[in-house]
Order: sequence, then C-alpha cells, then structure tokens
Amino acid sequence: MDIAFIDNVLFATVRTATPLLLVALGAMMSERAGVLNLGQEGMVLVGAALAFIAAYVTGSMGWGVLAGAFAGMLVSVLFAFIALSLMANQVATGLALTIFGTGLSAFIGADYVGQSITGLSPIAIPLLSNIPLVGKALFAQDLLVYLSFGLFAGLWWIMRSTRLGLIIRAVGENPQAAHALGYPVIKIRYLAVLFGGAMAGLAGAYLSLSYTPMWSEGIAAGRGWIALALVVFASWRTQRVLLGAWLFGFASILHLLLQGYGYDISPNLLGMLPYLVTIIVLVIMMRRKQGIGDAPRSLGRPFSPSR
Amino acid sequence: MRIEKRLQPSRTMVLMSPVLALVLTLLTGAALFKLLGHPAGLSLYNYFINPISDWYGVSELLVKVTPLLLCAIGLMLCFKGKVWNIGAEGQFIFAALISGYVSLQLLQAEGFWVLPVIILSGALAGMAWAGVAALLKTHFGASEILTTIMLNYIALNLLLWGVHGPLKDPDGYNFPESALFTDQTLLPLLSEDYRVTVAIYIALFMLAVVWFVLSKTLFGFQIRVLGESARAANFVGYNSKLLIWMLLLFSGAMAGVAAVSEVNGPVGQLIPTLNLGYGYAAIIVVFMGRMHPVGILIASFLLGLTYVGGEMVQIEQGMPKSIVGLFQGMLLFFLLACDLLIHYRLVLPNSAIPSFSSRRSKQVVS
Repeated sequence: MDIAFIDNVLFATVRTATPLLLVALGAMMSERAGVLNLGQEGMVLVGAALAFIAAYVTGSMGWGVLAGAFAGMLVSVLFAFIALSLMANQVATGLALTIFGTGLSAFIGADYVGQSITGLSPIAIPLLSNIPLVGKALFAQDLLVYLSFGLFAGLWWIMRSTRLGLIIRAVGENPQAAHALGYPVIKIRYLAVLFGGAMAGLAGAYLSLSYTPMWSEGIAAGRGWIALALVVFASWRTQRVLLGAWLFGFASILHLLLQGYGYDISPNLLGMLPYLVTIIVLVIMMRRKQGIGDAPRSLGRPFSPSR
Repeated sequence: MRIEKRLQPSRTMVLMSPVLALVLTLLTGAALFKLLGHPAGLSLYNYFINPISDWYGVSELLVKVTPLLLCAIGLMLCFKGKVWNIGAEGQFIFAALISGYVSLQLLQAEGFWVLPVIILSGALAGMAWAGVAALLKTHFGASEILTTIMLNYIALNLLLWGVHGPLKDPDGYNFPESALFTDQTLLPLLSEDYRVTVAIYIALFMLAVVWFVLSKTLFGFQIRVLGESARAANFVGYNSKLLIWMLLLFSGAMAGVAAVSEVNGPVGQLIPTLNLGYGYAAIIVVFMGRMHPVGILIASFLLGLTYVGGEMVQIEQGMPKSIVGLFQGMLLFFLLACDLLIHYRLVLPNSAIPSFSSRRSKQVVS
C-alpha cells in the first residue's frame, strides 16, 4: 500500500462524508432546539434537484448551490408550520416531508434525468495540499467541502461558547423555562428547522453538483436517514458529528477498496454496507449508554406557549 | 383569526379531517395542473374518475388495494402501540425475495399445498425482517424508525443481488429478472378477465380479524395502553417488550403476505422494480384511515386511486409517474395540518357566537 493510495482513500472518505456532515449538522441544530425532523431525506432530494436544475439552466455553480440551499429551506417551512405552529406529531410530519420531497424532486427533476454538467472543480490550496496523507483529503477539495468545514467550525463555536448556543439548548431541554425567561421558543425552533433545511439543501447541492454530478431520482440514497442516525451516534455533539461523518464516509467507500483489491463480491451486496454499519453503530451506542440519555429532553414534543 | 383549545377533542373533526385533506389536495392538484399548462378539470377527471369509469378500471384499483390494505393492517396495530415501523417496505421486499425463491423451487410442483407454502414463506420472511427491528429495539434500545429504514435499503440491495445473481432467469437474455412463475405458483384469479386475485379475500379476512381483536379482546386494549405509555403498560403488568415483538412480527407477516399477493399475482416473477412504495403509502393509509379498520379500508381505496390515477395521467397527458408520490405527500401533509382542528377550533375575530372559553379570555383577544 503506497502513500498515494492512502491519499486517495482519505480524499474519497472526506468527499463521501461531506453530504452526511452537512445534513447531520443541520439535523443536530434542530434537534438541539427540540425538534425531530425526519424529513431530512426529502429536503436533501429537493435541494439536489433544484440545485442541478438551476446550475443546468443558468450555467452557474453559484446559483446552483444557492438554489439547493434555498429549496431545502423552503420545504422545511412546510414541516415547521405543521409541526410547530399546528403542533402536529413530529414523527408523522417528518415522514410526510420525506414522502413529499421524494415525489416533488422526482417530479420537477423528471426532464433533467440523464443531462450532464461539469461538476464543481476542486481547488487545491497551495502548500497545504502537499502535506502527506491529510493534504489531499483536507486541502484539495471543492468549495462546498471547504464550506462544510467552515460551517462545522462556526457551529462548534456557537454551541460551545456563545449565548445563542445556550439559548438553543435551553429551548430544546426545557422550553417552558425558556419561555418563562422571555425567549421566543417557537421562533427559535422555526429558525433551527429552517437552518436544518438549508443544510440539507446544501448537501443535496453537493450530491448533484459535485459528488455525482448529475440528477437521478432518489439520488440521496438514504443519506438523510443515515445522517439522523449519525446525530444519535454523535450524542448531539458537534465534534463527534464530524468524526462520525468521516467514519461513515469511510464505511461507504469500503466497497470500492474491496473491489480495488480484486475481491469479487456483488456490488449490490457491498451496497448494503453503509446501512449495515449504521445499524451496528446505533446498537453499539445504545448498548454503551443504555438508552438515549444524551438526547435533548424535549426532543419531538410540541410546545404551546399558552399551556 | 386565532385558534383556541377545545374543551374536548372533536369527534366530528376526527372524521372530517381526512375529507378536508382530500379536498385541499384536489384543489392544490388542480392549481398544479393548471400551472403546468394542463386543463385542471380534465386532469383531475383523468386522475380520479377516468381510471375507475369501467369494471376493468375498478378491478385494477382492487389490484393496488390488496397490498396496500395488507401492509396497512399491520402498520395500524404498530402505530396504535406507538411502534413506528417504517419498514413495511423492507419487509415487503425481503418477503418477495424469499417467497419468490420458494416459488421458483416449486415451479413444477403439483398439489394443494404449493400456494399455502408460498404464502407462509412470505409471511415468515416478513416476520424475520421485522423481527430484526424488534430485537434491535427491545434488546439494544435502538430506534425502530432508523433501523427499519436502514433495513428497507438493505432489503432492496438484497433483492437487486438476487435478480442480478442467483435468481436470474438462465434463459432470460441476461435481464435482471427471475423466470416467469407457472400457474401452480400463481394466486388464483377471481375472474379470467381481471388481474385481481384471491389475496383480496385474505386482506378483508385479516381486516375483520384485526377489527375483532382491537374492539373485543384484552390484547387490543393492551396495545392502546402501550401507545399511551410503555411505562404505564409495564406498571399494570403488561409485558411491553413482548407487545412490541408481537406488533412488529404481525406487521411483518402482513407485509410478507402483501408481497406474495403482488409477486405471485399481477407481477408474476421477481423484478428489480417490484416495489412501488406500497410500504410507505400504507403509512398514509393508516393515518388517513384514522387507525380504524373501516377507515383504513376506505383509505386504501383512496391511496390505490393515487396509483392508478397516476398511471392514467402518465398515459393520457404525459405527466411524470412521480406525480403519485407528490399527491401522496400532499395528502399526508394536509391531513396532519387539518388534524389541528381535532383539538383546537378556529375563532374569527368579533365572532358572534361566544364560546365558553372565549368569554373567559376576552381580554386576551382584544
């Protein structure tokens, strides 16, 4: 095994981890504010479809990325309105968003299946990208990957050392107390859900503009769901989300490695690996902690200020 | 306009909410068709009326109703017990793979036992797949929502592996499809002219059984208690883990029978695209049907109609087939929104009819 090979494996790991990282960071924020949004898969798909269409029509990657994030945010408003304002069951509403988003994305993307664009091109940062092992993986990626690093750092700082982070946490742990202190619980939850939507949309944009780059029905392939499991795995902590995303990213490209070594295993069987790893990881986490003790205490519970 | 909590949940709204949701879906659908340059009236006619304007159309609707209803029967029990089994899809696919394998072994077999064995293999395979989620939940505390979803993707990959590999028809010109099933392995048709099989009777029979169990037995009551609170169920001496197992196994069995009804019915072989999302659509059936046996019977016809109607506008107007998912998603969204009216009422400002509680809170209003 030579250095160049390891370089490539790490490079692919980070690439594969990026959409998971983006979705999981967004989902983590809305869950920290006490909202369980199971619609991640739907938001990723709508983001991916819109991003591709915008980039294809305008010929501009910038518009594509913006359209993806905006589209993810727009459909998350539906979830926020029904789950937060109308106080519907969050599990059911999230499922509805995934079913709706899957249908909507396939519907609007139908004319663009099979079209191709030139994907986002990587930008190697001089000097840094020459560092052995991590150089290529961390510093020779495209702009969306760098953006995901930036968002990670920003969220880590917000959750660790700002007042805003404390308020979000308070809203997720004990909304009644936060309300009594004068914080607008519903508004904060709305913003958290919308932020999650934009992040999922960005992840979609990454998939259809950089990772593949093309649009096909169901392009997210369960990444929205895996990201939700990732948040549990990370115990709702930012740094662990990054670690987890890299771990899952590595698990997702394992099959490429095995094929590279000449193992003759059906690609369909190898295709099960990311989902299998997700289940195994969930089990290990639950076994260690005896339940989801780290979950925000009001996760998934509707809040009505008048009660 | 503002909302105000009702003193008691409205039973009328429980029943009216799905109707309201359907009306809103139709209105939005009409607007959508119009937006896309299709005549709204004609499109809705093509979607919701044209497909069932003759007996063949009605029979095709029954073909869709059969697997939907079977999946929904199992999910209804799960959801009543707040066991969020999102995995009917995976249980369906895994059962299709296993019962399909069994069917392929029995292509030349003779005897009355052939079909019962195939149905049983489907039910057992569905149970096994649901059992994985049950084990992960009761022994490891892993959320059944996430595990059942992951199992859906795994089952799909297994099916693809099967039809691309060991179960591929050797005489099939290398298409990823199994051999065609023989008459012995196909469910009997109700009539030669239609594709409806006896599986619809199985579905209706199981619906009646479940209705009886829910309304007349202690087990039905235990499920409701579990749905309220697993802790409460344990306090009064019900074994909540056992209940979770039973609910998941039963719903897996139903999804398994649904798979046989589809594969050994209208499809007639194993193909990579045999799942049309019945497992997900059945979730909407259960919510639209108010988790009641009669309700889910009606709702399974409505969701069945979203499939046949989608095929119709695809043929007649060249709409993409994904319009089915769009309508199904809208239906569930509108339903959840309308359900607000069960616990709350809308009060117009300066309402002429003061309600008991609005008199109390008059200061707040002005």
